[in-house]
Amino acid sequence: MKISIETIRKDFPMFAKTASKPFVYLDSASSSQTPRQVLESMNAFYSECRANVNRGMYKASEDATERYEAARAKVAAFIGANIEEIIFTRGTTESLNLLAYSLGGHLVEGDEVVISAMEHHANLVPWQQIAKHRGFTLKFIPMKPDMTLDMDAAVALITPATKIVSVMYASNVLGTVNPIKELAALAHAQRAIFIVDAAQVAGHREINVQDLGCDFLAFSGHKMYGPTGIGVLYGKKEYLEKMDPFLFGGDMIVEVSREESVWNEVPYKFEAGTPNIAGAIGLGAAIDYVQGIGLENIREHEEELTAYAVQTLSAISGLTLYGPPAGHDHVGVVSFNIEGIHPHDLSTLFDRKGVCVRGGHHCAMPLMRDLGINGSIRASFGLTAMREDIDTLVSVIEKAKKVFSL
Amino acid sequence: MIDFIHNQNAVSTEEEEMYKENILDHNKNPRNAGRLEVATFRHRELNTSCGDIMEMYVLMDDAGNLQDICFDGKGCAISIAAASLLTEQVKSMSVEAIRKMGKDDMIRLLGINVGATRITCALLALKTLQKGLEMNSEKL
Repeated sequence: MKISIETIRKDFPMFAKTASKPFVYLDSASSSQTPRQVLESMNAFYSECRANVNRGMYKASEDATERYEAARAKVAAFIGANIEEIIFTRGTTESLNLLAYSLGGHLVEGDEVVISAMEHHANLVPWQQIAKHRGFTLKFIPMKPDMTLDMDAAVALITPATKIVSVMYASNVLGTVNPIKELAALAHAQRAIFIVDAAQVAGHREINVQDLGCDFLAFSGHKMYGPTGIGVLYGKKEYLEKMDPFLFGGDMIVEVSREESVWNEVPYKFEAGTPNIAGAIGLGAAIDYVQGIGLENIREHEEELTAYAVQTLSAISGLTLYGPPAGHDHVGVVSFNIEGIHPHDLSTLFDRKGVCVRGGHHCAMPLMRDLGINGSIRASFGLTAMREDIDTLVSVIEKAKKVFSL
Repeated sequence: MIDFIHNQNAVSTEEEEMYKENILDHNKNPRNAGRLEVATFRHRELNTSCGDIMEMYVLMDDAGNLQDICFDGKGCAISIAAASLLTEQVKSMSVEAIRKMGKDDMIRLLGINVGATRITCALLALKTLQKGLEMNSEKL
């Protein structure tokens, strides 16, 4: 890695604040740290051009709008899309809800939507609920015992009845990266729409929506060094133009009478009300930040850490790792359990040592059930993680085993 | 890097604080674990923060007091220890007295202040018992 993590950490206030005690942050998959450059961009909006966006008739509003739209342009370039194909939402969850309502809302009995067995609740519950309402069928591509998607099963499940295929790019529990291009091909062969939940991948490696072949893609700002409360939905313009809006109100209309409304053009049609202006600007700054370091460098860094974590954790007796086979494409997430210690108890022991990991079901209860467990511990690596963090993780596990007399 | 090489055998007081002998013992050897063959009611709850399950089997006597109780639960050390300690405590207590129990009682039973992140674990057994009493009040 060309840039040192010690240097990078200087940009992150949390590491300065906790300098006197250990802050081993291994929960990036849940939410990443935020560098001061992002905070400064948001403060700059609040202190230099604090006004609403949307063509206000005064300079502050023009400036705010310019910064907001500049952020949109950055997002578009970041993923290889056109600017009018970028919708700002609150996060991946809202983006997926938008699609479930707007696309799923037109499906009928006999139609099928295919997702995977490893989905996060955000890409499961919306489809599940709209399916109950509309009468279509929700199907699941199963996992193989090696914790990768069963692509033979995918071929069998994606049929002429399939109208939508919606899959996570990478698992927030297992780290497994799914074969997105293959799935896109399967979906399009049946003229189904293909949606990608990129929450665990954006900011961790290059994304190009043309290259991936997806019709829609969703991700969150707070998982890639941006602020909370901002996310993106990318959608092919031809689809966005035909879709119904999800949220209604101001800004997404051009004309309203008592009886009728005429929608604004894309993407504004999908941005009702005053947006998270500071959040969008912050996301733009986060994009600048990761591009400044280089996404290939970030990917290499995380792959090294993941390999090291898998190697050291595998050596601990009584520890079960949940993830794809060695050599399989694997984002910076490792999940595991220790026999005889419940994940909650382990996370508390970690917390006492300043180690931040997540214990529980990780918003993927059906996946937990398929794995035969109630929950697991998850350690995840972003830009700010170092090898030493993994060493600390391992030493705390050894200590925990002693506490529980294992 | 933590100097774990020289500290391999020492269990620090921090871990002891949370996982006192009391809690570890009740977790490893829970009292009243299992199911009652004959019960006035049974009730099941989930710990929303992690999906752990707690089921209470309760037998009431004719005088309106709790005669026997068992719990069947899958969960963390705190929730199992809490259930073990609670079920020992409530035998022979009246429904009224059990209804009045709260967070402070559970913390006292456990012997440590679990903190905000683990309070739902500590309260799961009590919540299950109290909800069970509430939802089966006509049987009491």
